[in-house]
Amino acid sequence: MLTKKQLFTRGILDISPHMLSVIPFGIICGAIGVELGFDPYLVYAMSFIIFGGASQIVFLQLLSGGASSLVAVVSVGIINSRHLLYGAVLSEYLEKLSFIKKLLISYVVVDQGFAESNKFFKKNRGEEFLHYHLIGTGCTMWVCWQIATLSGIILGSFVPEELGLKFAIPLTFIAIVVQDLKKLDHVIVMITCGLSSLLFFDAPFKSYIIISPLIALFVASLLQRLKK
Amino acid sequence: MTLASIIFAGILTYFTRMTMIALISRDMLGDKIKVVLEYVPSAVFPAIIFPGIFINDYGAFIEMNDPKIFGAIVAVIVGYFSKNIIATISAGLVSYWFLIFVVFN
Repeated sequence: MLTKKQLFTRGILDISPHMLSVIPFGIICGAIGVELGFDPYLVYAMSFIIFGGASQIVFLQLLSGGASSLVAVVSVGIINSRHLLYGAVLSEYLEKLSFIKKLLISYVVVDQGFAESNKFFKKNRGEEFLHYHLIGTGCTMWVCWQIATLSGIILGSFVPEELGLKFAIPLTFIAIVVQDLKKLDHVIVMITCGLSSLLFFDAPFKSYIIISPLIALFVASLLQRLKK
Repeated sequence: MTLASIIFAGILTYFTRMTMIALISRDMLGDKIKVVLEYVPSAVFPAIIFPGIFINDYGAFIEMNDPKIFGAIVAVIVGYFSKNIIATISAGLVSYWFLIFVVFN
């Protein structure tokens, strides 16, 4: 049985490699806000209140492009609706927690943290304090995101744009799913999702980000039926 | 951009994170749904990966000889065999930089 501290530390270690892409992306995110002419305090407030990389950039870009606040807010909600799927997966492991603890831990559920903690959970179902791993991944993401966006706001884009560091984001997610390429059913689900995301990329409110996973999950359910 | 709009966006985002963890009990999900949830990472992350590679900053499709496609292929190969996150990201970035700064320069 691992202690709370060991699980927390393990979470920090498991998420750390992703900082290679998260930190440059955070700097870019902060810098974009200031470059578009928004109040630096408000740009930072987003990192604290919304705490969701891509959705923050979309929010800024929509507003600077003249979209109404309503459109911007709804877009953020739709982009982040994928967390509903993460929550549905994680709930299996967080069931025993008190309501208050569930409310608190929810704030730090992010893409990479979900991915790494979920991998750990699947292999260590028997552990009693599993959620400390999720706290470890989530808090690491949170601290790095705050520092990175704040640096971008204060220093501007000191990361040269020519480096194209935004490309590190798809690479981080490639690193997360690449081992599942060994399984044919997962490959089919991934390709379905990827192609749907390109097909529906122009759908309103950036809804491709939730439409394509739903299509892919539907295909997954068909595959399950075939297996039987 | 007002603080109020950020707070609304934040509350909405928080609800997306919290609803399934704190409000919906696991028993409310059917067995079929639970099985399909196994596929969530594979069903969600390509929606971040594919547009990040194939669509540029202006929302248009990239050319088929774009360095990003090469970088992504290198990352997949290195990631598959190394099982190492840092190696995967670095390999993708370095091969991408090699093409844009050395080959196409």
